[in-house]
Amino acid sequence: MSLQDKYAQLLTAAKNMGVSNLAVAEQEGTLHVSGTANSTADYDSLWSLYGQIDPNMASGDLMMNIDIKADSGASLKVTTDSTNLNIRSTPSTEGEIVGKAAHEEVVTLVEKTDDSWWKIRTANGEEGYAYAQYLSPM
Amino acid sequence: MTIKKLIPVLMITGAIAMTMPSCKSKVADTDVKAKVEAVMIPGVTVDVKDGVVTLNGAVTSDADKASAEAAVKALDEKSGVKSVVNNITVAAPAPPPPASVTTTLDAATQQKVNDGLKDIKGVTVTYTVDPATNKDKAVVSGEVTKADRVKIMQILASAKVKSDVSNLKDKK
Repeated sequence: MSLQDKYAQLLTAAKNMGVSNLAVAEQEGTLHVSGTANSTADYDSLWSLYGQIDPNMASGDLMMNIDIKADSGASLKVTTDSTNLNIRSTPSTEGEIVGKAAHEEVVTLVEKTDDSWWKIRTANGEEGYAYAQYLSPM
Repeated sequence: MTIKKLIPVLMITGAIAMTMPSCKSKVADTDVKAKVEAVMIPGVTVDVKDGVVTLNGAVTSDADKASAEAAVKALDEKSGVKSVVNNITVAAPAPPPPASVTTTLDAATQQKVNDGLKDIKGVTVTYTVDPATNKDKAVVSGEVTKADRVKIMQILASAKVKSDVSNLKDKK
């Protein structure tokens, strides 16, 4: 069974929810899927489908590089477990901490620097880079 | 004007009418073609013979094929279209470009993964070469909650890192 068949349900769901720039490629035993989901809810439901199709996501045969649509100026919620999110001077944990955003605080997206680090601004005007994983577009 | 003077005029009119009997209803094929082409969608070619319009070419959907034919039929009767032969083929749209398949694990990429994973307790990551593909992969091990497992996979995917999480156990 090809990987596209294995993840057919996921690919159909992505198409139906209007994931933009959806691209799918199978290479060396890994299915690469990329695109931009319209909302955090869509993004979460795709990941939940992945977990259903491949229990514990243990096969390592899908690389789902989906991000969530967020333009500069969009509001982002800090989705750490409970702690503050560090804001740094450069897009790396090497960067000096220039500020902190509280758990569930809403910050503003300045730019998507790369897939892992986004530049954000807090309500008090602190600006710097934070780890994108802990930021959810609202 | 007297009848006498009218006779030659009538004769001439009659002569013209007899020599060109189809003049008032027939439109030249080249004129028909121009009219049809004006309303045609890209990718479709038009041929006209005796008022019969034949559409050829390829479009990407059944809807485009139908709308091409409908556009011809929508022309008024003065356009000279007698009938339409729709030979348009529907080709599947071009496949999307392949997703990014970067699997190199340079220091910067490893750093990104480490940065993301450092806040998830009880997880270690090592980088190794996958013998099957000769590509680098991240091997993640430890005990995690279901929510953290998803987070780990998202971190690996956003750094475009091929992973092996078969040693990642569920926290009881």
